[in-house]
Parts: sequence; C-alpha cells; structure tokens
Amino acid sequence: MYVPSVTNPIGDYVREWVPQLVAYLPESLQGETTCSVIAFAINAIICIIAVCLVNIGSAPILIYMERKVCAHVQCRLGPMRLGWHGTIQTIADVLKMLFKEVYSPQGADKKLFYLAPLIVLIAPFMIAALIPFGHNLLVANVDMGIPLIIAVNGFGVLGILLGGWSSNNKYSLMGSLRSGAQMISYEISFALVLLFVVMVSGSTNLMEITNGQAGTVANWMIFKVPVLGFLAFIMFFIASTAEMNRAPFDIAEAEQELTGGYHTEYTGTPFAMFYLAEYIALVTNSALAVTCFLGGFHAPCIGFESVDQILLKVPGVIWFFAKVYFMIWCYMMVRWTFVRPRVDQLMSFEWKFMLPVNMLLLVGGAAYIALSI
Amino acid sequence: MSMTQLPPGFKITRETDSEEFFINMGPQHPSTHGALRLALRMDGETIVEVVPHFGYIHRGLEKQGESMTYLQYIPMTDRQDYLTAIQNNLGVVLAYEKGMNIGVPEKAEYIRVMLSELGRIASHLVFFGCFGGDLGGQTCLLFGFKEREMVHDILEEVTGSRLTTNFFRPGGSRFDVPENFIPRVKAFLDHLEGAMKDYERFLSKNVIALERSVGIGILSKEDAIAFGCSGPVLRASGVDFDVRRANPYSIYDQLDFEVPIAHNGDCHDRYNVRIAEIHESMKILRQCIEKFPKEGPYRSKEKPVKLNPGRYYSEIETAKGLYGTYVVAASGDKPYRIHTRGPSFPHIGVLNKMCQGGKISDLVVVMATLDPVIPEIDR
Amino acid sequence: MTQENISTKHYIKRYLKKCITGPWSLLCGLSVSLKYFFNPKKIVTEQYPENRKTLKMHERYRGRLSMVEDAEGNNHCTACGMCERACPNASINVQPTKNIAGKKVLGRYVYHFASCTQCGLCVEACPFGAIEMSTAFEVATTDVTSLEMILNKKEGQG
Repeated sequence: MYVPSVTNPIGDYVREWVPQLVAYLPESLQGETTCSVIAFAINAIICIIAVCLVNIGSAPILIYMERKVCAHVQCRLGPMRLGWHGTIQTIADVLKMLFKEVYSPQGADKKLFYLAPLIVLIAPFMIAALIPFGHNLLVANVDMGIPLIIAVNGFGVLGILLGGWSSNNKYSLMGSLRSGAQMISYEISFALVLLFVVMVSGSTNLMEITNGQAGTVANWMIFKVPVLGFLAFIMFFIASTAEMNRAPFDIAEAEQELTGGYHTEYTGTPFAMFYLAEYIALVTNSALAVTCFLGGFHAPCIGFESVDQILLKVPGVIWFFAKVYFMIWCYMMVRWTFVRPRVDQLMSFEWKFMLPVNMLLLVGGAAYIALSI
Repeated sequence: MSMTQLPPGFKITRETDSEEFFINMGPQHPSTHGALRLALRMDGETIVEVVPHFGYIHRGLEKQGESMTYLQYIPMTDRQDYLTAIQNNLGVVLAYEKGMNIGVPEKAEYIRVMLSELGRIASHLVFFGCFGGDLGGQTCLLFGFKEREMVHDILEEVTGSRLTTNFFRPGGSRFDVPENFIPRVKAFLDHLEGAMKDYERFLSKNVIALERSVGIGILSKEDAIAFGCSGPVLRASGVDFDVRRANPYSIYDQLDFEVPIAHNGDCHDRYNVRIAEIHESMKILRQCIEKFPKEGPYRSKEKPVKLNPGRYYSEIETAKGLYGTYVVAASGDKPYRIHTRGPSFPHIGVLNKMCQGGKISDLVVVMATLDPVIPEIDR
Repeated sequence: MTQENISTKHYIKRYLKKCITGPWSLLCGLSVSLKYFFNPKKIVTEQYPENRKTLKMHERYRGRLSMVEDAEGNNHCTACGMCERACPNASINVQPTKNIAGKKVLGRYVYHFASCTQCGLCVEACPFGAIEMSTAFEVATTDVTSLEMILNKKEGQG
C-alpha cells in the first residue's frame, strides 16, 4: 500500500522514531503499513500546525504593524489604548470581527458567497508550505517549487471573482472584474521574474535556490547578477504588489471609487477571511522575495571573519523572519506613499512596461550565464 | 424618488448590443464628499452620463433667514460652506454694511483679510488632502488635515470656535484679536512653508498622480463661463477673474498678490491653481502682518441692527469661488428675503460635461478637484 | 479618452522620458514618507483622556452658556430678556418673577442646551454681562433631561 511521505528532516526523524512507538501496539496491528501511516499522520499534523502558526500567527502582528507604520508615516501614533502601545488592539478587533453577524445580501448566490473567502485562503497557505524557513525547516521539499508557486498563486483570483460576482452588487462585480484582469496580467510578469531566478540559479527547487545563495551578501541573487539582479528584484516587488492587490495596485478594492470592491458586501468572519488572506499573501510573497533574492535563511555575512562569526551564531530562522519583516515594511511604506493608478493605466503599465522589461531581463540573464560559463 | 428608480429623463438604452447599466454613486459614498447622489449611466467602466441629485441635507436656511434678525442669520452662514465659514461671515456682513451705511475701522479690515486668508489656506489644505485621498493615497489626507488643524487652532483662539466661527459683525468683528495672534500666524506661516515643500514633493510631481489628473475632466473656457463656474475652477480654465482683483472688497486693493491661472482646464491645472493660491495667501498674510495696525478700534462705534429698506448685494471670493449675498431689506430688523449665491452649485452642474466618456475613477478625481461642499449646495 | 495624433518617434521619446522621470518622482515621494516615518517629533496626535489635566481651552471657547456669579451665587441678571430675543433657536427661556418690593427680577433662567448652537449671540446681546460662554468642552451626556438646565442658583437681585 502506498502511503505518501513528508520529505523533510523533521519527517525523517519522526519516521525513525515511529517504529519504537508502534512496538507498544498489539501484534496484529504491527507492520510496515501501520508505521508509515502513523508517521505520515504525525508529520502531517506537525506540518499543518507549523503552516497555520506561521500564517495565522503572523496576521495579527502584521495588522498591528501596518497600523503603526501607516500612523507614523501620517504623523500619528496609531493604536495606543489596549495593552502596551496598543499591542492587544488587533486581537480585540479579531474578536469583534468573529462575533459579528454573518449575513448575505438579498439576491446573493449564497453557496458561492460563502465559498469565495475560503478559496482565497488556499493559495497563500499552499505557498507557505513550499518555502524553506531554515536549514531544516521546510514542509515540502518539492523539486518543481517555482512552477508550483506560479500555478498556485493564480488561485486567489478565483475567490475574488466568485466573491464579487455572487454578491449581487454592481460595485463588487466591477471590483472583482478589475481584479481578475489585473491578476491575470501581472501573473505573466511574476512568472517571468521567477524564471529569471530559475535561470540564474539553475534549479526550481526553493531549497537549492536558497543554498545557491550561501556565503556572503555578494552571493545573494540581488547582488550576484550585477544590475540585472536588482532590476529583477524591483520587478518582482511591483508584480507581487499587484498580485496581492495591495496599494498602489489595489484597484480591485479602490475604496474611493468602488467603496471596497469585491468585499463590499462581506461582514464578520467571511470578511475577516479576505482580510487574513491579504495579510498571509503579504507574508508568503515577502518570504518568496527573501528566498529568491535576499539569500533566504542565510546570514548576511560580509566577508570579515570576526563579524561573520557573530552573525552565523544567530539561527537561520531568525535571519529569515528579520528579512521577511523588512520586506513587509517596504511593502507597507510603498502602500502608504503612492496613489492608485487607473484601471487602463495599470494594464498598459503591465503590457507596455513590465512585460518588455522582463523579456529583456531574461535575455540579459541568458547573456550573463553564457558569459560566466 | 426611491434609490432603485432611475432619475427622470434618464433612459438606459435597450438597443441591440448595448450593455449600459445604471449605478448609484451616493448618497453614502466615500468620495462624493457628503450626502450627494450621482446617478451614473455606465457602459462597463466608462461613464455615459452623470445626473447629480441633491437635497439630502436641505435645511431651508434662506427661508429660515426671513424669520431671523440680521444678526441671527450670521451663524447660519457658518453652516453653508463649513470649510470656509469665516469667509461666508464676511460675505453676508459686507452686504449688511452696504444697507447700514457704516464704515469699518482699519484694524477690523486687517483682521477680516487675515482671517479670510487663513480660511482659504485651510480650505485648500482640505482640497489637497481630499485630492490625494481620492486618488488612493490616504497619507495625503492626513497631511492636509494636519496643517489645517493648526489654522483651526488659531481660529479657535481668535473667534472661539474651530468651524462655526460666527465672528464678523457689521462694522467690524466680534472681538479684537488676542495679543499673540500675530506671532502665532507668523510661526504658522513659517511652518507651512516647510510643510508645503514636503507635500508638493510628495504629490505634485508624482507620476501616478500626473497620469491620473493630466488631461482628465477638461473644462473649456467657454463652458466654464457659460455654466457660471468661479474661483479656482474658472481660473484653471484660463479665465482671469478673481473678485479680490476685479471688484475689490475690504483692503484687497492695497495688497500685492497675484491671481494664479492655468490654461488647460484639466484636473491637474485645478490642483496647481489651488496650490499656488495657498502660496499667494501666505504672501498676503505676510504683508498683513507687516502692515497690521497696533492701535485702533476693531469695531465701529455705532452698532445698528436694521438695514435701510432696499436691495443689497455683495460678493466675495471664498476658497471655492464667488460667494454672493443678496438681501432685500424692508422695515424692521428682519430681512424680507435673503439669498446666497454659492460657488459649489454651478460646479456640480458641469460634472456631466466633464466626465462623459471617462472612467469611474476619473469621476472621483474630477469631483475632488471641483471641491464641492454639499451643505452649501443644498443650504 | 482622446486618441492622440503623434509620431512614433515622439511617442518613444516620451515613453523613455517617463521611464526616467517616473521612478524619480516616486522616489521623491518615498523620501518624504521615510522622513516622516523616522521623525517622531512630527507626531501631532494628542492622547486626549490622558492629557486632560494639561488641556486648557482658549478663553473665548464657546462651550456652554453659564451665568456669571460671585462667591455667594449672586448674578447680574435683570430678566430683561435681551438674550432670549437674540437667540436664533429659542434655547433660552427667561422667567421673571416679582420680588418683595414688587420689582421684576429673574425667577428662573431656563437654558435648553439640546437646541443650542453655541453661537454666542446671547452673550453679545446681554447689556449687563450677566452670562458668558464657559470653556467646558466635555458636555456630552447620557441623560436627556440634564440638557435642560436652570442656570441661576438664586433669584435675581434686580
């Protein structure tokens, strides 16, 4: 009987350890199959808890961070009341959101209406499972990591389209149609930039991409390929902002025009899910940027022995999350600085600027590889 | 008329391959700046027709004025264009003064001009904030309101209220200015100078903001005149008309300032004209600080409460445009008829002309640059 | 919206120019927001209930109508009714009474705070300086009946 196995170091450890546990079971149940089933179950639970912890656990932190960053850009203090400097505020808000009444508007397609927020959550959760958080911390070590991410990332648009369409609201419909057009276009740029990374690093496995950037800061993808690496990083930044539907590319929500876009009609828990998906996408996209461009979990060594010794003592996970939160801060600064382009301008920006530049980037990357070999 | 019904004279073409539909923007919508309803006929994202509907906060201020004494009507002007309440006070008071035949002391004139210009700066800062906010940059909104708050602090110290000032009286003003008024205004101007530099750096050259506003919502010179536009909207279309210059009231003829005009009549021009006006107002304020008379009365000796029977009209340039007050005085201390010509009403009228063929996002930007205040439209 | 008629050369020139000026303008905007982010001195938020002690309204602030009274609670009101006539929304109701000498004095000075717009015309109209606008700004209440108040503690002295 085939039982899928979780291929990561923790999984190996569990597999070694499970036969000892199985020995306590009655004779009739012992055997190869039981061992692998139990090992898989334990591993799966560990993985699910880990992914949920990283994703759902980071959402309140991010909401708090977003409020504080936005407040300080706007010369305000942000939440200050609940807890030290308002740290418990987001938890209180989440509780409020959960206790609100859930209802759908008249004439809404109820099944799709409640299904949509669930679909939106799938994509970011799946990507989080592919990203190496540390030397041994990886849920699924997939060889086709990058293609899988490209494939899964487009899934979110389905939820948004369904949510807007089933709301029976013209504003929601317009928002979701805008979002559909936008995400499908920017998917191309997103994929092309990731292809550049694959080309230079020579692998589609995210662990191998990360390990290819080991060493000093100069080995990071962003600096490894002179100029092109930085350009690719900027392109990735823009494309992922558009993928996440974050300002300045939040034309799908466009509060000033469409009063909230696709989630206009949502309240309570379904709305919280859209909100959660937005912030989880922020984490996963930042993590992807860190993995592909900023050296993943590797410490930012600068080449001096004495300094590097200290830097290497810090575990990789901490470096990883430090980099991720720096990326998130960048996304937030951009969000609270720029104004929103119009729909047609957004599309022409993709097709007339992003796509040609990304094509040139691929050509440049090919030339770099040819020259360096 | 119910919200789901179409406005009269508003037909959705049900022809062969037309996919036009009707959408309500407002009365509760984040970017209609108040309780204004815009009925839109849309073809996808493109606007075919805009029909403004208002009256949601109509209070009958003009009719109420007929049962009030002349003085009692002054607080009612605060509640029309609440962003420039202090200038509205001036408008109605100037009309009264014509009917009362009284002069105004020099110091009172300076107080009037200085407070009006502060009000203009406050209103244009709100415009800056709303323009940025409607484009999607919430930070601009907070930036604009931050400096406006300082103006309102000054106004509160002088008049006793932040928004509903109720300060000017026939023949002068309610109070004299407090001692630290001049240093405070000076400090504010120095602060604003630096802040405006930051804000212009933040938004004026921003490529996305330029894309959103250049060539959007073009209002031709002829249309602007024909529809009765005034203020920055008119001047952005290339008409050099400013009541302060064309028909000077108070002491504006003694002050040296420029009337900024632009020629394209698009959203970016209206933005530029308003930003330039903030700088001109600062120039006027600096001149007033220099010339401000230390001694002298702030209000004329006689305090009449009645107007001589007749018809009186005064017009001033508020931040939004031409604000006219027409008073028909009979015997007694109450007006027979009092009418306000507000600047925002004609501006809403041109909306259809400017937005046809644009996207729904353009409508938002156009609304922001017209800068209407709904209580002043409805009165 | 409108189709432009420009040559290809001009179009490419404009496109390339935008590629340079566009990002530069965005960086300018970003520099401003970074400057504000890293400068805590620019924060203008006031922590209202915490700073209640240091918070002081301006002298002229128009909060709520109150009566000028000396230490013993005597007022200057003569019940002339000028304030009542000056009020645009009939928020003041002066109820006179007669004292022992048979002179008209103030009985009750009823003030309907719910309909008051705090315009201050009554204070301006009072010829005796008997009323003023107090600087109280925390005037919200959960009790409707408390909005109708009698301002004078004692009957008028005439």
